[in-house]
Amino acid sequence: MAALDNTELREGVDRETVETVQSMAGTYKHGWETEIEMEFAPKGLSEDIVRLISEKNNEPEWLLEWRLEAYRRWTTMEGPDWAMLDIPEIDYQEQYYYAKPKSMTEKPKSLDEVDPKLLETYAKLGIPLKEQMILAGVEGADEGRKVAVDAVFDSVSVGTTFKKELAAAGVIFCSISEAVQEHPELVRKYLGSVVPQNDNYFAALNSAVFSDGSFVYIPEGVKCPMELSTYFRINAENTGQFERTLIVAEKGSHVSYLEGCTAPKRDTAQLHAAVVEIVVLEDAEVKYSTVQNWFPGDENGKGGIYNFVTKRADCREDRAKVMWTQVETGSAITWKYPSCILRGDDSQGEFYSIAIANNWQQADTGTKMVHLGKNTRSRIVSKGISAGHAQNTYRGLVSMHPKAKNSRNYTQCDSLLIGDLCGAHTVPYIEVKNASSRVEHEATTSKVDDDQLFYCRQRGMDEEEAVALVVNGFCKEVLQELPMEFAMEAQALVAISLEGSVG
Amino acid sequence: MMPRAKLKAQKQERAAELVRPLPQGGAWITRAREAALARWSEMGAPLKRDEYWKFTDPRALIAEGTATAAIQDTSDEAPMFDAFDRVKLVFVDGVFDAAASDALALEGVEIGLLEDAAKADLHWAKDIYGTLDARAQTPVERPLASFNTAYATQGVLIRVTGTPAKPISLIYRRSADGSDALLHHVIRVEAGAEVTLLEHGPLAARSNTVIEADIAEGATLHHIRSQGRDHARMGASHIFAQLGAKAQLKSFTLTVNGQLTRNEAQVWLDGADGSAHLAGASVGDGAFHADDTVFVAHNAPGCESRQVFKKVLRHGAVGVFQGKILVDRVAQKTDGYQISQALLLDEDAQFLAKPELEIYADDVKCSHGSTSGEIDATQLYYMRARGVPEAEAKMLLVLAFLAEALDEIADDALAGDLRDRLEAWLQRHK
Repeated sequence: MAALDNTELREGVDRETVETVQSMAGTYKHGWETEIEMEFAPKGLSEDIVRLISEKNNEPEWLLEWRLEAYRRWTTMEGPDWAMLDIPEIDYQEQYYYAKPKSMTEKPKSLDEVDPKLLETYAKLGIPLKEQMILAGVEGADEGRKVAVDAVFDSVSVGTTFKKELAAAGVIFCSISEAVQEHPELVRKYLGSVVPQNDNYFAALNSAVFSDGSFVYIPEGVKCPMELSTYFRINAENTGQFERTLIVAEKGSHVSYLEGCTAPKRDTAQLHAAVVEIVVLEDAEVKYSTVQNWFPGDENGKGGIYNFVTKRADCREDRAKVMWTQVETGSAITWKYPSCILRGDDSQGEFYSIAIANNWQQADTGTKMVHLGKNTRSRIVSKGISAGHAQNTYRGLVSMHPKAKNSRNYTQCDSLLIGDLCGAHTVPYIEVKNASSRVEHEATTSKVDDDQLFYCRQRGMDEEEAVALVVNGFCKEVLQELPMEFAMEAQALVAISLEGSVG
Repeated sequence: MMPRAKLKAQKQERAAELVRPLPQGGAWITRAREAALARWSEMGAPLKRDEYWKFTDPRALIAEGTATAAIQDTSDEAPMFDAFDRVKLVFVDGVFDAAASDALALEGVEIGLLEDAAKADLHWAKDIYGTLDARAQTPVERPLASFNTAYATQGVLIRVTGTPAKPISLIYRRSADGSDALLHHVIRVEAGAEVTLLEHGPLAARSNTVIEADIAEGATLHHIRSQGRDHARMGASHIFAQLGAKAQLKSFTLTVNGQLTRNEAQVWLDGADGSAHLAGASVGDGAFHADDTVFVAHNAPGCESRQVFKKVLRHGAVGVFQGKILVDRVAQKTDGYQISQALLLDEDAQFLAKPELEIYADDVKCSHGSTSGEIDATQLYYMRARGVPEAEAKMLLVLAFLAEALDEIADDALAGDLRDRLEAWLQRHK
């Protein structure tokens, strides 16, 4: 944090902002390790490892074939080089692709049977896996509010809470390995239907070796009775985590899903390549929120998680709606573009992002809004904050296809630099192929919309007051998209002023 | 997806197919040409798969054989810049026509021809010719410029030492349907000097031009060009300009018609308090593809830059804008602005944009915006409610939309001439 401590404050960047960034990105609170006996698959990646993972999960033949096809495609592919990231060469043969606590060999039948060490791990992270308890951070805020949690520890799901209560509503929430056993027809129908095996290098890798992750199915017309959450923890050394999440929201259903992630502090970098697929049908609504807090590496850039994630939502039918909200504070390298395919008419996609990069972190993140249906709407609000030697890039695509008549997009990106050794970049792609759609991309230093300011001033506020009001309102607008469960982290971010930023 | 090594090999292979013996010349230019040819061979020819050719297919620009394009009759308009006193240099099908040109004499300027300079063993242009092209190959490769540097034999070399009383006007005429032209101009504006360079006309069925401009401390270059009305014309143009302290560049390009136009600019603000304004207006109807790829690098503190590009498109016309403001760590107090906007007049038109910012300094003011849409119905309604007929109201709104780009031209009279061309075009393409 030395770089930050010595930062000379620029006009318009207050101490509080710097301190908040420090507390958010400077000290890593979740860097401890759980000492637990692990079972590993042999190091390295080969068809045999893919077969082994499939066998460990007792998978049907079709899934094994699906994995093998992905693996074969992966061997012919090259890692992406287009992001503004300096990615050290990754030796894929030096990684473990499967690690599970020995105590999980016999799958516990209920949470009571789960190894106390594992339960402790999650309790320490503020994620109690007991149904009578609610998540830290919301106590008192909303009494009796429940969150169902699927806890993934390295390669396996440790347990899922509130399953019975969810089942009563018809909601399926379990680990994906369990879903393969219990609901193979659903998994087979939707797996890879949003992110195909060969979508990109890391998606192909994930498709070959994914070990666990969460599966969510919300039946027609059901509003999920509670928030669903998956908590990912990487613990073992030299082990990659490759989780796969599949969410299916049937007609008229509604779900809010949260994702959190942490990992111990280590000197060597670790790989995380996840895939999240969301299928949203007619009138359904999915809200997906992430607080990504993987270990970012130390202040000299040693260690940290390489986070290569493919997240995509497919609004397959009319009036489907999806909302991505992400707070990205961790990882040494972030390569992540949660996307929306707006296929159905009148479907909507939203993306709200705050990315903080400090020390030697590198983030290249953004979204894709692909408008295919008529009257589709999308909104992108992205805020990047760079400090130390970090590089932070917003990369996004807004594509209006010829048939997407009368569609709208609004994009706003703001970046803040703290210190002169870091970088902030914006790389938007805009493709408009019909005239009735309106696309607006904006990235400005005047953090405040002139019209809003004018409006406030007209009503007698002085300039500072007006700026404060508008900035505050704008910031809240993003943070309010986060569910209550992330309130603690979100609150810390509210204090960050937008002064002195560049687009 | 094609592996990167294979793609590179394919590009190099294509480049090799286009290699031919270099033109004869003196020692200085031969060195520059050989170096450019080496760059071309190493980089390879551009392909659609290249990131910076994502929105524009370069194949036609490097296709074998002589390109053809019908010559447009433009007698329905007054000749461009006719009302202005200027020194005229005429090129016909990309070849200098001495008989049609004025004497190459103007106080405060030294004007020479590349074909003459190439015969000498030494020339003042040696420090610039090919040097800025080489510099412009990072961060993005521009192989067509190196191809031009290697093979161009035509062009003007202008050294400005004072403030000439009138503009230098390059006029590009055509005599044959089939023609390929390579033009390479070098401009050195000495400290404190100021000059206006005008370019207009269709040049050739297919053209590849490079302007290398070295603008010294406190000097100013005004550059205004209009790319001609030929519908089937194709061309790639490059402006590479490096600016010293307090130097200024103002460049405006009008692109009317043309089936394929790629205008690249790379500007380096190397001295403190420099200023670069790049602007363009393009209007296309039907088979029209106009691409502005504009990079401005802030390498010194206190500089200001503006990129203002406006496109009006209809009947399948495609507008492309790729822009970048790159701010180096040392370039504190940078003021960078970039706007790219398209007005799509019907459902078939397309606008493709990649407006980038890359910023490594923390005390800067940089902003960019990009919009695309149809004519604002509210504005149209407002005018109609006040008795303006629909067609006229639309034209006024389109002209108002384009005005922000024209405002970048310092000389109001010259800007007025361009505005008239745009209005005439809109009348013809109602």
